[in-house]
Amino acid sequence: MKTLAELMAIKEATVQKMTVREDTGDDAIRVVVGMATCGIAAGARPVLNAFVDEVAKRNLKGVTVSQTGCIGMCQYEPIVEVIQPGKDKVTYVKMTADKVAKVVNDHIVNGNPVVEYTVK
Amino acid sequence: MRELSLNILDIAQNSITANASLITIEISENTVEHTLLIGIYDNGKGMSEEQVKSVIDPFFTTRTTRKVGMGIPLFKMAAEQTGGSLEIESELGVGTQIRAIFKTDSVDFTPLGDVASTIQMLITMNTDRDFVYKHKVDEKEFVCDTRELKAILGDVPLDTYEVSQWILEFIKENTEVLYK
Repeated sequence: MKTLAELMAIKEATVQKMTVREDTGDDAIRVVVGMATCGIAAGARPVLNAFVDEVAKRNLKGVTVSQTGCIGMCQYEPIVEVIQPGKDKVTYVKMTADKVAKVVNDHIVNGNPVVEYTVK
Repeated sequence: MRELSLNILDIAQNSITANASLITIEISENTVEHTLLIGIYDNGKGMSEEQVKSVIDPFFTTRTTRKVGMGIPLFKMAAEQTGGSLEIESELGVGTQIRAIFKTDSVDFTPLGDVASTIQMLITMNTDRDFVYKHKVDEKEFVCDTRELKAILGDVPLDTYEVSQWILEFIKENTEVLYK
């Protein structure tokens, strides 16, 4: 059973690892998941979780995963936008947790957007 | 919505939009009377009487206030289809309290689903806010308060991956115990 004492241990371990917090300033890649009623109903929660997990698993620095409201194309939810400074925003539609690994690998790590998951 | 935990995630977003600094989520189940209460209480900017009326009616709202839409009507429908009800109390500058009562023995009762995941997401995606999660089943109660977690963590943010995973398991395990 998880206890608060355990959280204390995690804190100690994290402080050891934590150097200065990464400056995720101007050149950071932002992954934004639509989390309004439409997005949530269509399954945005597992998609957002999958992005957080994948980014952590690969220990990617300079990538932030956040949420936003309704992006305006409710029928295409869950929608995910990948925003990279100096490049066109890429909008992924009808996302599922299964598609996340490919987006992270191909697009975020290697710079090649996964065209088949975008709006046609 | 396929699980009530998704309605909770959705309704709590309204509290965040309303600039609440403290959001309390209460789940209270009575297994003898077969009732479930879900409460979402915030100290956000609140709503006028007129706005409260409008958030309940999806057709009235869509064109007047862009910030509100189908969230409350869907939650209300989920409660009413079980024979339960939903009420909203709100005051401008004070906050909003939403309470939904469900009859758990109704065939139309939507399962609660993955509440731990909802709470974890709310906490880690909004580290600048505080959340109190209270889950009660008959006489047993579990409370998770981010103010308490922050006091332990100090400078370590709540959205650190290891912390986030701990929060999920902490809530999951302590909630499961309530049903044993």
